[in-house]
Amino acid sequence: MHNQRNPLAKVHGLGSAKNGTHHWWMQRVTAIANIPLMLWFVVSMAHSAVADYATLVAWIQQPTVAVLLILLVANVTFHMRLGLQVALEDYIFDHGNRIAAMLIVTFVTVALAALGIFSILKISLGG
Amino acid sequence: MTQVNRPLSPHLQVYKWRVHMMTSIMHRATSVALAAGTILLVWWLTAIATSQSSFDSLQAMLGHWAGRVVLFGITYAAMQHMASGVRHLLMDTGALLELGANRMSAILTYVFAAVSTLVIWACAYGMFGGLV
Repeated sequence: MHNQRNPLAKVHGLGSAKNGTHHWWMQRVTAIANIPLMLWFVVSMAHSAVADYATLVAWIQQPTVAVLLILLVANVTFHMRLGLQVALEDYIFDHGNRIAAMLIVTFVTVALAALGIFSILKISLGG
Repeated sequence: MTQVNRPLSPHLQVYKWRVHMMTSIMHRATSVALAAGTILLVWWLTAIATSQSSFDSLQAMLGHWAGRVVLFGITYAAMQHMASGVRHLLMDTGALLELGANRMSAILTYVFAAVSTLVIWACAYGMFGGLV
């Protein structure tokens, strides 16, 4: 079949998405990072299932825990943003609706990340 | 640009249900459940950062049997999504694409998710001695 892409498009290697493999690759990077972070978090939660408030605050105030929690929130929200984008692209066909839905997902995800990370900092820095 | 209503490729309803297909659907379904779980995670962190009383009211909700069912479901979703995610990473390398290995690895995601979820909850309960 005759290739109708122009030479510049061939060099860029970009399709109609106007984007290369960056989305796909970042989804893999965040997926791999999620494995140790989530296992650590789930095991920690199993440990502190009925921990009282003071114990939890003291736990989060440990520098290692605070940093790991920040990495967890950042990585989970990033991965969630990438995954929800794929789901929306699969199910929303109208271009305008898709952009609107993506904007909402992006804003909510960034707000969640900011709220989560700010909360961890507030707890660990003793606000 | 004129819109032409071309026929779409056959969708879910025409296929016989197989475990591989089920696993793909579960990966998507658990991802949406985990988005809700992420909201809960941030809610939990915010409650701790706000005050003891806001933490206590969230803890009362999560400690209720219905809250525990939700948390159990999120734990299962996380373990299932992790297992099928690892399967996807392996398939990205070209592995597990043969029918037998593909089917067996799909079944293993459920085994891993069920066992790890039960172990996590058994540990959680074991550490503070039985059902409260």
